[in-house]
Amino acid sequence: MDDALDTTLTVNGTQVTRRIPARMNLVDFLRDELGLTGSHVGCEHGVCGACTVRVDGAIVRGCLMLAVQANGCKVETIEGLSDSGELAKLQKAFHERNALQCGFCTPGMLLAARDLLQHNPKPDREQIRAHISGNYCRCTGYQAIVDAIEEVVNGKS
Amino acid sequence: MKAASFAYAKPRSLAQALELIARPGAKALAGGQSLIPSLNMRLSSPELLVDITGLDELRGIRLDKDVVRIGALTTHAEIEKSEVVKKHLPLLAQAVPHIAHPAIRNRGTIGGSLALADPAAEYPACVLALDATIVATGPKGERKIKASDFFKSLFETALQEGELLTAVEFRAQKKDERSAFLELARRHGDYAIVGLAATAGNGTKRLAYFGAADRAVLAPHAAQAKDLASAKAALAKDLQPPADLYHSSETKLHLARVLLERAWTTLSTPR
Repeated sequence: MDDALDTTLTVNGTQVTRRIPARMNLVDFLRDELGLTGSHVGCEHGVCGACTVRVDGAIVRGCLMLAVQANGCKVETIEGLSDSGELAKLQKAFHERNALQCGFCTPGMLLAARDLLQHNPKPDREQIRAHISGNYCRCTGYQAIVDAIEEVVNGKS
Repeated sequence: MKAASFAYAKPRSLAQALELIARPGAKALAGGQSLIPSLNMRLSSPELLVDITGLDELRGIRLDKDVVRIGALTTHAEIEKSEVVKKHLPLLAQAVPHIAHPAIRNRGTIGGSLALADPAAEYPACVLALDATIVATGPKGERKIKASDFFKSLFETALQEGELLTAVEFRAQKKDERSAFLELARRHGDYAIVGLAATAGNGTKRLAYFGAADRAVLAPHAAQAKDLASAKAALAKDLQPPADLYHSSETKLHLARVLLERAWTTLSTPR
């Protein structure tokens, strides 16, 4: 038993192997070891949602998962999902509807929004609000974010 | 903040996991949605984390005659999506959307939540209202604990050192059994100010409150009352809620009565 472990995971399609301290959170590993700084570190106890990443297809809190737990997993971050174009419609709508100001929450917000649309392509505003309730935005008051997601739902963006 | 240093092991079998958690300073890691925050804030500093998430035998929802057995590592999201739960444990199905947020429900587990025994969490009240049985496995084998004997105090359960919570067994709810799940929280997904998980059938009610004591508790006096007014009055015998940062004890008792009133018609109307 060690406090650092050889860990192999796939990040945005690229396989990486590193020796990772057991205590390191997934989001710190992505940012500090791999330089993927799009996932943000806010509260570090699972409240704010800024660190949201996708692991094996499901969104998780990057601060509430140890990087060594991602051994053998497929991790996707805002960088990978932007490059693949998967978030393009949401990103365009966020831009057009002013659904961000400082942008700190935006990567997590986009991943949460995309997760909703994958599971429920026609959510109403209440369902949108419920699904992003775990992602804090301190700038916009959420109205514009809900508008932007709704615009994608209605195919206007 | 960042967690202090610890060793990490991921056992491949339950026997190996039990051997590891018996070591001094060891702690079991399931979904980690409460444990990892407490590590990050250094409220907890185990020497060894035993990651049990590789034990697939502790995962899954199984219906066997009229018993629904849910493995400890089953996530909130899996319970939320389960047709078996929707059909046979409607109370649990109603409760899950109140637990935190989607990204947390994807990792958090029912076993972890019950073993932690947070007084404001949803599942402990559900297992009380559904009169469920907790399955614990230790070096000497499996042991079954009634939910009403499981929660001892603040974050304290009947689990003994060296034991792992491995499953929960529920009696499937009958078709004519009513259930209600209500929770008051400041924001969606927050821990409850006060909440109620309740079932009624066969002339008896089970009212389980959370956020209203040092643990989830049954309200037997209110449950026996014949009408709403006497049930609300009797609730004072069942609950002496501790105040929190925002709500006095009186406010919490008042809110517990409000929830009882909201649930009463559902619980009292035959289906």
